[in-house]
Amino acid sequence: MRTLRLLALGWLFHFRMLSQSAFDGFLAILWPLFFATVAFFMFRSGHSVGGLGPVALGAAVMGVWTATSVSASSALQRERRLGTLELLVAAPSNLATMLLSVCLATSTIGLYCIVATLIWARLLFGIHVPVAHPVSFILGIVGIVITIGSLGFLMAVAFVRSRRAWALGAVSEYPIWLVCGFLVPITLLPGWVRPISWVLGPTWGMRAIRAGAFGGNGLPDVAMCLLLAAVYIGAGVLLLDTVLDSARKHATLSLT
Amino acid sequence: MNSLRVFFVGGLISYRALFGWLTPAVYIPALILTPIFQILLFAYIGRAAGSQGDEFYVIGNSIQYASVPCIFVMSQTIADERFFQTLGPILISPAHRVPLFLGRALPVILNALFVAAFALFAGGLILSITFSASSWMRLVPVLAVAMFSCTGLGLITGAIGLRIRETSVLSNVLVGLLLIFCGANVALSSLPHWMAEIGRALPLTHAIAAARAVTNGATLGQVQGLLGKEAALGIVYTIAGFGLIRFMERQSRLHATLERV
Repeated sequence: MRTLRLLALGWLFHFRMLSQSAFDGFLAILWPLFFATVAFFMFRSGHSVGGLGPVALGAAVMGVWTATSVSASSALQRERRLGTLELLVAAPSNLATMLLSVCLATSTIGLYCIVATLIWARLLFGIHVPVAHPVSFILGIVGIVITIGSLGFLMAVAFVRSRRAWALGAVSEYPIWLVCGFLVPITLLPGWVRPISWVLGPTWGMRAIRAGAFGGNGLPDVAMCLLLAAVYIGAGVLLLDTVLDSARKHATLSLT
Repeated sequence: MNSLRVFFVGGLISYRALFGWLTPAVYIPALILTPIFQILLFAYIGRAAGSQGDEFYVIGNSIQYASVPCIFVMSQTIADERFFQTLGPILISPAHRVPLFLGRALPVILNALFVAAFALFAGGLILSITFSASSWMRLVPVLAVAMFSCTGLGLITGAIGLRIRETSVLSNVLVGLLLIFCGANVALSSLPHWMAEIGRALPLTHAIAAARAVTNGATLGQVQGLLGKEAALGIVYTIAGFGLIRFMERQSRLHATLERV
């Protein structure tokens, strides 16, 4: 219960803090809109047979990863720069729980982007996104926020030894957009890319959201999405313990 | 002679001092890998949309992505002096302002030129597009003019950075606007008329069109009109940026806001 309380309060605290940030809040909403706009023009000028609804939905979800990739990857580096990392590590509360709450808060910022992109698509391009199964649609969105937050948590832990973790997070932005099939069908990618997309939670989250919007059973995809989130969290916790033990032994937590 | 020294040596020293953090661990992901991923992203979106061929996106995105080093680095070259509290000593130095600030642009242009050329080479290689040696000979001056004009826009953001804190947000917004308007991924003819007109007033648009033309066999003479417009835009943006820097400098003296971060 204490863990859940810490997770919930940490999430709320960081979500409110990130919402005030020009970089993590405003830009995270605006940045995917540029790509969404380009994608709308590209599909409109092309001879693709599908409508623009799936494109608008994919472009909207791209923002969840944008909001998470850089902010979550550099979460520990940010604490280190602010001088609070040692305090967090020494605190009786579990560092993994605290870090997970930060990463989930960053992915939740992406909800703003989903709403902004769908409004943008509707008002400027006249693209209507239907919601065939509202419950499945909402579950898909919750699933993708959780799985992306969890993936961000794993990245935050994996990049803890890097002083420039933000650069590693930033470089992952386009590959995830591409490999997870947000705008491009995975079947269009080379065959060797597909297994990579299967182990990425956002792939299943996107499928679930599309099923919720355009019809189909998205619940197995939501389940897969949450299962992969659990795997990311488990791997992240194990890795964090190892990294913290090493940092304590070698006195390298601050990387100075 | 002193101005030349300030331009070349001062520009290089300031670049090295401000971007000591631009180690391979940052440079490779941010300026080598990301443009390649951007090319792949749009090439595949193009395939899914059935709009243009891969070459269109390789050329457009390799040049457009170079706006990142042009705009970000140029704006930080000036705004970060304030952050490090070194702007005051620079502005009270007797050095002439033109070489002092424009000298900082030269390493930025050279770096952006490398970023664009490498992205063009690597993106082409991955998507099986080969540019002939003669195409490369014609592309290099086109890229150089593009980087010059975009760095002029970066000079403007650098000047604005003397007044606002969030230069990285401003730079990102400009890079995003270039992505939409400069014809990197959507031909100007496919944009609404007013958007195409804005695109023609922005850096990179004419250079991207020129680059596409020279890779299709056009000579530099045949694209001199496009290159002339791009260079003229670069000069206008550079003059505007320099003028804005002087204005902001005077304002910061008047209101004692030079060191406010």
